[in-house]
Amino acid sequence: MTVSGAIDCDVHPALANTDALLPYLDEYWREMVAIRTVENLDLGSYPPAVPLAGRPDWRPQRGKPGSDLALLQRDALDAFGTRFAICNTLYGGPYLPNDDFAAALARAMNDWTTKEWLDRDPRLRASIVIAPENPELAVDEINRVAPDRRFVQIMVLAAGERPLGKRSYWPIYRAAEKHGLPIGIHAGSSFRHPPTSLGWGSYYLEDYVAHAQSFQSQLLSLVAEGVFVEFPLLKVVLIESGITWLPAFLWRFDKTWRGIRTETPWVDRPPTQIVRDHVRLTLQPVDEPPEQARFERLLDHIGSEDMILFSTDYPHWQFDGGDVLPEGLSPQHRRKIMIDNPLQTYPRLAETRQEAVT
Amino acid sequence: MPQRYVVARVGDIPTNGSKAATVAGREIAIFDLDGEYFALANRCPHEGGPLCQGRRTALFESKRPGTFVTSRPGEMLRCPWHGWEFDIRTGRSYCDPDKMGARAFGVTVEPGARLVEGPYQAEIFPVSLDDNYIVVEI
Amino acid sequence: MSDEKTAGLVDCDIHPTVTAMADLNPYLTDRWKGYMREYGPNFRQVFASAGRYPRYNRDGGARLDARPPSGVPAGADLPFMRQQHLDPNRVDFGVLQPLRPNGIGARNQAFGESLTAAVNDWQAGAWLGEEGRLKGSLMLTREDAGAALREIDRHGGDPNFVQVSVLPHGLEPLGRQRYWPIFEAAEALGKPIGIHVGGTSGMAPTATGWCSYYVEEHHSKCEAMQALVTSMVIEGVFERFPKLRVVLVEGGFVWVPSLCWRLDKHWKTLRSEVPHLKRAPSEYIREHFWYTSQPIEEPEDPRHMLDAMDWVGWDKILFSTDYPHWDFDDPKFAFARLRLTSEQHKKLFRDNAANLYGLQ
Repeated sequence: MTVSGAIDCDVHPALANTDALLPYLDEYWREMVAIRTVENLDLGSYPPAVPLAGRPDWRPQRGKPGSDLALLQRDALDAFGTRFAICNTLYGGPYLPNDDFAAALARAMNDWTTKEWLDRDPRLRASIVIAPENPELAVDEINRVAPDRRFVQIMVLAAGERPLGKRSYWPIYRAAEKHGLPIGIHAGSSFRHPPTSLGWGSYYLEDYVAHAQSFQSQLLSLVAEGVFVEFPLLKVVLIESGITWLPAFLWRFDKTWRGIRTETPWVDRPPTQIVRDHVRLTLQPVDEPPEQARFERLLDHIGSEDMILFSTDYPHWQFDGGDVLPEGLSPQHRRKIMIDNPLQTYPRLAETRQEAVT
Repeated sequence: MPQRYVVARVGDIPTNGSKAATVAGREIAIFDLDGEYFALANRCPHEGGPLCQGRRTALFESKRPGTFVTSRPGEMLRCPWHGWEFDIRTGRSYCDPDKMGARAFGVTVEPGARLVEGPYQAEIFPVSLDDNYIVVEI
Repeated sequence: MSDEKTAGLVDCDIHPTVTAMADLNPYLTDRWKGYMREYGPNFRQVFASAGRYPRYNRDGGARLDARPPSGVPAGADLPFMRQQHLDPNRVDFGVLQPLRPNGIGARNQAFGESLTAAVNDWQAGAWLGEEGRLKGSLMLTREDAGAALREIDRHGGDPNFVQVSVLPHGLEPLGRQRYWPIFEAAEALGKPIGIHVGGTSGMAPTATGWCSYYVEEHHSKCEAMQALVTSMVIEGVFERFPKLRVVLVEGGFVWVPSLCWRLDKHWKTLRSEVPHLKRAPSEYIREHFWYTSQPIEEPEDPRHMLDAMDWVGWDKILFSTDYPHWDFDDPKFAFARLRLTSEQHKKLFRDNAANLYGLQ
């Protein structure tokens, strides 16, 4: 049921370990990586052995799911007739509390992505990984990597130190707008705070489900702080966020805004309109209802065919076989999800492919 | 055919204050703005909150985050319930000006001498020749 | 339609408050009276006696017209509450949620227990004993389950208390086993547990940290309810206490369908982690949770709201006003755009709550 030439907006190449970054680090950080216990900085939000982190038929015989280019080519790119796929590497390095160490590992990850992935398959594109808690260093990294047009977005985790609308993060958005790069907010937490405002639950399942609430908090923050007023060209993509929570969330946001909008007078139109203009969501894991009729109603609640971007979330286990698209999408909507919306969201995808400018 | 109703004596409403009056079975909120008068239906078009008891503020706007532009002091009315804002001059809602508004009524100030000639409805109190009165057209 | 217009309703969220803290003096020992005056609850927050996110309107965010003529705070004057709300809105029964003052988040647990007990005694004396239409929520501290059980022993059998109540924010998510003695007691008592948004835990109001604005904090209460449902279901509370009934108060409900779909989807992948769950998470939610209606969402297209109510279930939504707070829903207006059928109307405004709480 897919469309040929699809653009997959979320695939996950896996970094085997921090040692894999050694060729991309300078001598000081090579030494630090050698002598400090940082060989495995997998995120707590994505332990590789958790069933969700690797679909059984997509797991390699050895190593982490997503670590083998040939498998990614076969299972993610060829299988879905993919024209472009955006690599979002999830690794904890950029979330070390030491700003310089975090920035060094983010930088190395971007060079690793270029060399080990982008240079090896022309269909691949990538997000620039940054260590967001030091925006000054993050901007340096964006400016360094952005000339390579195969980097099409800047990625951060959904839960960090502060809500992403806070002005301290704005240098990142200024750089993003300047380079024409959307901000991709990916599910996951650096656990600077408990996974929900109620505290630490017992189970991974709770954490994973709770990411949807972090996305809600981030949308509230981005809109209320006026990020899209200050940066009118900025696009934000919620990645691996689920989509069905969005309309009900916006109903309440609109209503509350009407009552207390004088708190944030720069928000001068209903939040729903702002979100429709600036925010996109990737498809998988699509949390659709079991009843197709309800899903069709839900699409009506979302009220825009421009917002959803195709993704497989490879190699995460979100669907079986080729059932990546939910039933109930019109042919036109399907085409928009798979091709038009990604092209609109990521202007760099439409450019004639250019080799890295180094 | 609109009728004209005497709702208050000038001086009854404190400067920049308000008063609710029932005329022709309808609750009206009358607002003084430095001696100018405006009248709205005293029911918020949203859930019916008594607008007369709302707080009056300036119009608060912003050009960019962190900046605050204040204009038209006293001309915006926050419903005492949900805080939805209405322009006391037109009744139009700030957030949804095209679809939502409190009904606005025309207001004039007339000398008592002219009122006794009619055709005015003074359901509320007797009119004296020496005073000026606030008249609402419904 | 005619009986809708004449039948009384059940309002599942009304907030009484004290005229002054001294109202509680008759119910406190000298030790705690002095402590309350000098130290207070010492909540886990920046301001000694104000929330971090300033609300709009006086009296903790009340309707401006709800301040009684006597000048006491909104919600502190029973005759005025009758005159402004119970009588004109034809409230046959109103369920109280006395949130201010409360000792639930007090760091000194012994004081918290005494203050909570005093609030319950005051609720019973000044409100339930004075007005037969009002029914009580027995407020419970959470962190010391023993204190909660002692409070249930004192008042649990009083038919005027129709539910026990805890707040969502505490030291840990509510599904954790340290709180199970409270669920066990509530189940044994046969009364629902009402969970009104609120509480102070010292933790940020979102998993993304400390937000800036009230509009964000206001919504965070809704997210907290999503986390609370997740915690109670995933921890297996309803496997262990199959008769427990939970009412979420002022936390919304339109998010419930999406949460159900999301939970079910990921449970299928991750069920090896939670073998104690015998059924899909949505089934526990369908069976064990009820939701009060206020503040009702107002999507542009009223059919969207009807969809959401269909999906949540017409038997699970309980009308509430939140009187006297600013985001009050008026029974005449809040659902008018939806053009409910008379059966939907009866369930929402009266029958669901009457059945749940045994009010006749």
